[in-house]
Amino acid sequence: MAIKYTPEVIEHFTHPQNVGEIEGADASATEGSPACGDMVTFTLKVNPENKIIEDVRFRSYGCASNIATASMATVLAKGKTTDEVKAFHPKVVAERLGGLPAIKMHCSVLAVNGLKAAVKQWEIAHGLAQEEEVVCNEQTIRKLLKGVINPETGRSIVAMNMVNYIKVEGGRVYVEIALMGTDELYAENIREEVTEKLESMKCLQEVIVRILERDKFEMKAENGPRPEGEQPGGGEA
Amino acid sequence: MSDKVIYFDNNDTTPLVEPVLQAMIPYFTVHYGNPASLHQLGLEAEEAVSEARAAIAGYLGASPEELIFTGSATEANNLAILGAAGMASPRKRHLVTSKIEHSAVLNPMKRLEKSGFKVTYLEVDREGFVDPDDLRKALTDETLLVSLAHGNHEIGTLQDLQALGAVCRERGVLFHSDAPQSFSKVPLDVGQVPVDLVSINAHKLHGPKGIGALYVRRGVKLQKIMEGAPQESNLRPGTENVPGAVGFAEAARIAFQDMTADMTRVSALRDRLIDRLLEIPHTHVNGPRGERRLATNADITFKYIEGEAILMHLSMRGVCVSSGSACSSKSLTPSNVLTAIGLKHEDAHGSIRFSFSKLNTFEEVDEAAEKVKEVVELLRSMTAFVPQIHSETEGEGEVFYKKKKEEF
Repeated sequence: MAIKYTPEVIEHFTHPQNVGEIEGADASATEGSPACGDMVTFTLKVNPENKIIEDVRFRSYGCASNIATASMATVLAKGKTTDEVKAFHPKVVAERLGGLPAIKMHCSVLAVNGLKAAVKQWEIAHGLAQEEEVVCNEQTIRKLLKGVINPETGRSIVAMNMVNYIKVEGGRVYVEIALMGTDELYAENIREEVTEKLESMKCLQEVIVRILERDKFEMKAENGPRPEGEQPGGGEA
Repeated sequence: MSDKVIYFDNNDTTPLVEPVLQAMIPYFTVHYGNPASLHQLGLEAEEAVSEARAAIAGYLGASPEELIFTGSATEANNLAILGAAGMASPRKRHLVTSKIEHSAVLNPMKRLEKSGFKVTYLEVDREGFVDPDDLRKALTDETLLVSLAHGNHEIGTLQDLQALGAVCRERGVLFHSDAPQSFSKVPLDVGQVPVDLVSINAHKLHGPKGIGALYVRRGVKLQKIMEGAPQESNLRPGTENVPGAVGFAEAARIAFQDMTADMTRVSALRDRLIDRLLEIPHTHVNGPRGERRLATNADITFKYIEGEAILMHLSMRGVCVSSGSACSSKSLTPSNVLTAIGLKHEDAHGSIRFSFSKLNTFEEVDEAAEKVKEVVELLRSMTAFVPQIHSETEGEGEVFYKKKKEEF
């Protein structure tokens, strides 16, 4: 598919800013995964006096917009305080690049989350934050799934109300995603992204993701019944 | 984009050559009639389509009435698969294909699955070959049709249609082959090869877009998939694409004229590019090498970098290629072909297809190889795979597949 990028995206792709890694960095974090073809690593140098990010670098494995969004994220972060970076929204990165195609919006989420993860590492190292013990419940799972972007609309699947049903039991989670009119073309990608996000939660050992092709609130006969024991009651159903 | 383009995306489409254009023009401007019309202009158009049909059928060793013009190879695949299913007896509800087919075969299959057909998707080996024994085991008394491409569109694997067709013949099962990549590149004679339906098109052989054809062996019954007037043996309604048919025939005439010599030279281009690119560390060729591969196709994995980024940097340097990466596909999932031959997802993402035509030159191959090296080096200098890129393991010794060879 021919994807039309803005001149700003092309500029940051061909001349990325702040590439590489900082020797003796104060913090670093990697977001994304090789299997998804999208991965970015940030390293930071932070002034502990005023919490200003004095230097930030990135390394990328990904497409043109992965490189461009990571580059833009470093440009925006440099000279800001860690608190300011924590308030970054992925939309700002996309806007500063003159916009991203909906199918590439997930790159801006990856870049901003990676940057925030590096800031978090720095805060932990400086006793300003604690390593959170992730609890697996509907709320934390829903929060995590905010990072999954519908490639058709460029919006989060949570914001689009596509997360139909979540059931957590011990180390096992069952999630239903309703396509809500999204082209079936993207079903497999959404399933993979959701599965990958959930599998990253240490408190989960078993992840079952099911895609409902039509509207929410309604289990279609072609999908068959829910697996035994998976009756509605939780979630929004 | 630089001024001079090196076009290595000929498995996608090819440039139309001048004689084809010249042959087509009068059928837009002078002989513009509708073949269905009874007057002189209609007659001229009808004759032109008949001549084109006879010529193209001839290259397949078929009779003219066995060739149905369509709008594309995709439409030909749909007509073959959905059309055969439409005529099937209620006892014949099983279809067989492979995991490396084009979406123009896989998606009609998926549609039929939704209406109650069962479909078997055969595994392939590391090089993309379907084992005739696997096919034999998949066939049942309920099997209606088998659909396997001749030349794979991504990794160039040329299936042994003779052996696969023979298996279908033994069981009285229809055999369809999606063959736009191989038509006019390797010989296919339906008098020798036991195949019942063959899809081809014009734009892969320097002909126009918007015209394809389906060979339908005499006696094979299909249900039309569109309703309208009884054109094309009442199988494909709609006014015939007269200039398209004329252009298709002219393109085929030129392509078949020196097919053997042309393809010998094109395969030398292919092998030269593959050899040059394998000089780059951490690279790997996907699909077979030598004669069992389309002369027009090379597919290379560059580890630790991503295909869309490679493709775009090459495009800016005037080299046009395509990628098996999810990021350059509309669905964001990596190529089904590359994952089916066992590539790990991250390696599928870093795969680039270079595809050639007889218009390409050795100079272009050498120039493109240099540019690829430059781009790969540039992207690797910023890759997030830091320890891996500095590892000693290179080329063939590297792990590219999820499964061990004996597990295929």
